[in-house]
Amino acid sequence: MSKFISLRSDKFSYLFEKKHGWVTLALLAATILIMIISTGIGSQYISPINVIRAVFGHGSAMNDVIVNQLRLPRIVIAVLIGASLAVAGAVLQGIVRNPLASPDVTGITEGASLGAVLFMFLFSDSVSIHWMPLMSIACAFGVTFLLYILAWKQGVSPLRLVLIGTGLSAAFKSVSYMLIISGPLILASKSLTFMTGSIYGASWNNDVLNLLPWVGVLLPLTWLQARHVNVLALGDEVATGTGARVQRHRLILLLLSVALAGAAVAIGGAVTFIGLMAPHMARKLVGPSFGNLLPVSALIGAILLLIADLIARTAFLPLDVPAGVFTAAIGAPFFLYMLYRYRNQA
Amino acid sequence: MRIFGLLLTSCVLVLVMVSSIIFGVTDIPLSTVWDSFIHNTGSREHLVIQTTRVPRALIAASVGACLAVAGAVMQVITRNPIASPSTFGVNSGAAFAIVMASGLLGISGLQAYSVAALVGAAISGGIVFLLGSIGRDGMTPIKITLAGASMAAFFSSLTQGIMLSNGKMFDQLLFWLVGSVAGREMSMLTTAIPYMLVGMILALLVSRHLNVLAMGDDVAQGLGQRTAHIKWIAAAAVILLAGGSVAVAGPIAFVGIIVPHIARYLIGSDYRWVLPYSALFGAILLVSADIGSRYIAMPKEVPVGVMTAVIGVPFFVYIARKGKRLA
Repeated sequence: MSKFISLRSDKFSYLFEKKHGWVTLALLAATILIMIISTGIGSQYISPINVIRAVFGHGSAMNDVIVNQLRLPRIVIAVLIGASLAVAGAVLQGIVRNPLASPDVTGITEGASLGAVLFMFLFSDSVSIHWMPLMSIACAFGVTFLLYILAWKQGVSPLRLVLIGTGLSAAFKSVSYMLIISGPLILASKSLTFMTGSIYGASWNNDVLNLLPWVGVLLPLTWLQARHVNVLALGDEVATGTGARVQRHRLILLLLSVALAGAAVAIGGAVTFIGLMAPHMARKLVGPSFGNLLPVSALIGAILLLIADLIARTAFLPLDVPAGVFTAAIGAPFFLYMLYRYRNQA
Repeated sequence: MRIFGLLLTSCVLVLVMVSSIIFGVTDIPLSTVWDSFIHNTGSREHLVIQTTRVPRALIAASVGACLAVAGAVMQVITRNPIASPSTFGVNSGAAFAIVMASGLLGISGLQAYSVAALVGAAISGGIVFLLGSIGRDGMTPIKITLAGASMAAFFSSLTQGIMLSNGKMFDQLLFWLVGSVAGREMSMLTTAIPYMLVGMILALLVSRHLNVLAMGDDVAQGLGQRTAHIKWIAAAAVILLAGGSVAVAGPIAFVGIIVPHIARYLIGSDYRWVLPYSALFGAILLVSADIGSRYIAMPKEVPVGVMTAVIGVPFFVYIARKGKRLA
């Protein structure tokens, strides 16, 4: 029996090590468990059994409203956003070959969030909110394009990508602030919440259905590209030596990563540090091969955001603090630890 | 020659500051400005000049000077061309400390804000400096940048979180958070100016030693310099300068990166001259950016922090692309 499960066709191949199957399954189970428990917790406690009943349509009328209309959309959105950000971060770390890279550090998150803030200010009265992810993804792409051009000098070096990314990120942030200040106060608080990252008041129609198509298409596409990340992670010289088209694959993967981050930011706002933390935790569990790493990162990302959001909406009742505050509060110390660990590599 | 240049630059600064007083939503003739100092009649125009325009010009000039000098000193002691108060997270740390002091601890008062800003600046700058310099190959630009960027992200998330959960602070602090020199009172400057001045004097005192330090720690030690002493004094100067400016104007980015490069390009690498020139250039840059900020979206004003970010990014990209010393 082979050690791997592999899917192959002319264009794609996907390799999954069997020995990590259990870890993945366990994480999947944990994610579902946390989803159920977290749905039950809130100003009105509902036991896990009743949550499951309500989800399958057998609960009391009140539980049905609380679970299916109020809490579940938020839980599902947390899973989708956490997973997207984590995969975006994992891919980015692979292609930039720096364990400390993530969409937030390179300015992609800020760019996408500027797009969404722009949308709120320009079109919030006239255009349906369903177009917001598109605007935000478009901005994320614009930023990446700019980043790529600016960092291009006979190919893109990871160092320049990160340096220029941080510069751009600062600029976008101040432009977003400027919009916030110049607009009416009601939009100001909304946009600032958005820039901090919050999934407060998520609904099926506006948020879940809006994000699901993007994630549903982009995540599998990224997984099919996993082998290219594996090659790129070896470094430019080795990757070229194996016959990979380094610059081209780097661009494709970067685009996928950007689209995922952009879509996630459009709905959840600039939730930081998940793209950084989840891939590291995943690597600890299943090692560096991206066939395993991507699904596991996605699950861990989902769990992280679920927990952060659970704390955010319950710890300071009746206040609903943006979840981004808590991902940052966990993420920054984690990052500092990473920086210490990789002190000889970065 | 360099003295002459210094005088010339000072004249330019005075000119720019006078224009900053004259031009705005309503332009004020120079004679009226003069009158408001000589025999103030208490008319509306004189009042505007004395309470709004003049403080604004003075604040912009002193904040610009402080940030530029802080950046120049940081670039020497870290031997890193992109070091500055904003890349090191010093600005956002100071900003967070102020929001925290007023929002959670209920402290108010300008003096307390200044102290909070200094403490915040010292803490975040210290963390970034430590993290950036651990490891075999010492301080590399990428480590510093990542550490600075993540600390900045950390502090700004927390800052926004506190602001969002406290509605009253929201309006007050929002404008300050971007970095702006508008709507500040003279008292804000007078509270922070002692810190700024001490920082400036410290920086100028060690400028001679910075020349030696710029050749690298090994050389400096070989020449008999007590590098640790010099670095501590320089770091104290940076924190006083950056913390003081954040307390007055909020986090203004990129001035600290750009100006020292311009100064070095124009007058070489002798820090006894680079520091005073940086101060003047920084002041000129921020005052002119502030004048520009009034005209972009008239009659509304763009915060000057946004202006410097927009001006600063192309420059930053240029430095990052030049790259020889970076990689």
